[in-house]
Amino acid sequence: MSLAVAVEFLTPMPARRIVQLEDVKVRFGAGPTSFLALDRTSLTVHAGDFVAMVGPSGCGKSTILKLVTGLLRPTEGEVFVAGRQVGAERVGVGMAFQNPTMLPWLTIRQNVMLPLKIVEPYRSAFRAEKNGAFRDRAEALLAKVGLSGFGDRRPWELSGGMLQRANLCRALIHEPKLLMLDEPFGALDQFTREELWSILQALWMEARPTVFLVTHDLREAAFLATRILVMSARPGRVVEDRDVGFVRPRTIDTTYEEGFTALTHGLRSSIMAARQSEAKAS
Amino acid sequence: MTVTARLREHLNSALLIAGIFVAWELACLLFHVSPIVLPRPSQVVSTLVVDMPALWPNILQTLFTTLVGFVGGMTIGVLLGVLVGVSRTAYNTAYPLLVGFSSIPKVAVVPIFVLWFGSGTIPAVLTAMTTCLFPIVVNVATGLATTEPEMEDVLKALGATRWQVLWNVGLPRAMPYFFASLKIAVTLAFVGTVLSETVASNSGIGTVMMMASANFDVPLAFAGLFALAILGIILYAVFAVIEHRICGWASRKTELATG
Ligand SMILES: Nc1ncnc2c1ncn2[C@@H]1O[C@H](COP(=O)(O)OP(=O)(O)OP(=O)(O)O)[C@@H](O)[C@H]1O
Ligand SMILES: [Mg+2]
Repeated sequence: MSLAVAVEFLTPMPARRIVQLEDVKVRFGAGPTSFLALDRTSLTVHAGDFVAMVGPSGCGKSTILKLVTGLLRPTEGEVFVAGRQVGAERVGVGMAFQNPTMLPWLTIRQNVMLPLKIVEPYRSAFRAEKNGAFRDRAEALLAKVGLSGFGDRRPWELSGGMLQRANLCRALIHEPKLLMLDEPFGALDQFTREELWSILQALWMEARPTVFLVTHDLREAAFLATRILVMSARPGRVVEDRDVGFVRPRTIDTTYEEGFTALTHGLRSSIMAARQSEAKAS
Repeated sequence: MTVTARLREHLNSALLIAGIFVAWELACLLFHVSPIVLPRPSQVVSTLVVDMPALWPNILQTLFTTLVGFVGGMTIGVLLGVLVGVSRTAYNTAYPLLVGFSSIPKVAVVPIFVLWFGSGTIPAVLTAMTTCLFPIVVNVATGLATTEPEMEDVLKALGATRWQVLWNVGLPRAMPYFFASLKIAVTLAFVGTVLSETVASNSGIGTVMMMASANFDVPLAFAGLFALAILGIILYAVFAVIEHRICGWASRKTELATG
């Protein structure tokens, strides 16, 4: 572990806000066919948090991730990342999209190395290191998610689940301070998924990035997160904010503890309630 | 595609061509068609061989003119295509203009070029260039403008500049479109060159064919046609090979539209 990271661990960090949404409204389209995806949504994420967001489908979770990464501008309200307003300047974050969009003209390894080509400080060294240290780094990461030997393959030669794992590698390769994950394990089988939970937890405990994870899997949220946000139906708003205090490293055994089951059960009722209120509204 | 499958495809193409020639030959013999109307393929080929010393400089002239025009058209086409394709507004604004320009019959522009530059190689080069320009512009622009936003988002989320997005996503994504248009463009460039040569030049295959038909030397005119077809196939094949090398990733997917 590098010295810088070690120091960060020793000094108690003041709870820095790394992501802040203030009364954000997002409207898609214009005129009578337009609709609100988000309406006066506010939320705050502190540095070093592992936040999981759950909520009914279509409530605006992916939209929130796009706001934070600067891919989308809010119709109203403000989005801050690391104290700076998003939009004026894009903030380099790691992001795994809901659909793993690998570029088909690149190999898996080249896809994974893409952030190194774009983001400083790696960018300046990319030309020199792309067949050296950076390549090794990509291979090591691919091996961690069980994709060793697939670096030279093309995206279409991999299964959906394998692509999602490569997608995760691409989000992590440049060791971002802020990691946005949009259902990164959605297409995986139960066992692989649980395996990757542990890998992600280990990575988080090692480098302590701020993670913002969107998921439909309540066990996943409870297993990984330090904080869980529950969204209402569209237009999505945070209706519940829970801290999760299970000791780390959490293991699969944790998921069979009583407190864990109670938590996922509680989350389930909240989301059911949110869905029903939507059914009533429409 | 496996090597044997590709070989078989080539073999089929060759058989098709051979079959057509045999049918043509037999039909001419059977119906006693005069060589003044339609020469037999064997006559055309023997003319091609016998007159090769005289034809060769003209073939080179046409090839040279075509390639110069093609390279010019390609350069301008790519620049214009990128310019039009980078923004959706530019694409939507410029598209009608492009369609308008590309539907102008190129025969119509030859007299104008001759008026400006006199007869000879220059108008032929320019005609070749304008003929092959628009498929390239349209294809490059379409390739860029239809890039999936999701692919661009991957880079944008990392804070990439417009230029980086263009270089890493837009241009590679437009490559298959570009090469598809090159194959078409190179054959169109031939059409342009020969068009101009038949109207205003004193060398090149177009000129040879013009003079041959004036002298009722129909086999020679057909020999010129054959020479053009062969050159066209060779250049097409060259670009097809380059395309396969560079854009192999795209050929396993959908067939791409050509301009
Ligand atoms: N580009 C767009 N144009 C129009 N509507 C959009 C667009 N993107 C999202 N929406 C709409 O905004 C709403 C929120 O979308 P979003 O993708 O954020 O949902 P989500 O919470 O991520 O859903 P899921 O859990 O199914 O992924 C949806 O109702 C969707 O139809
Ligand atoms: Mg989503």
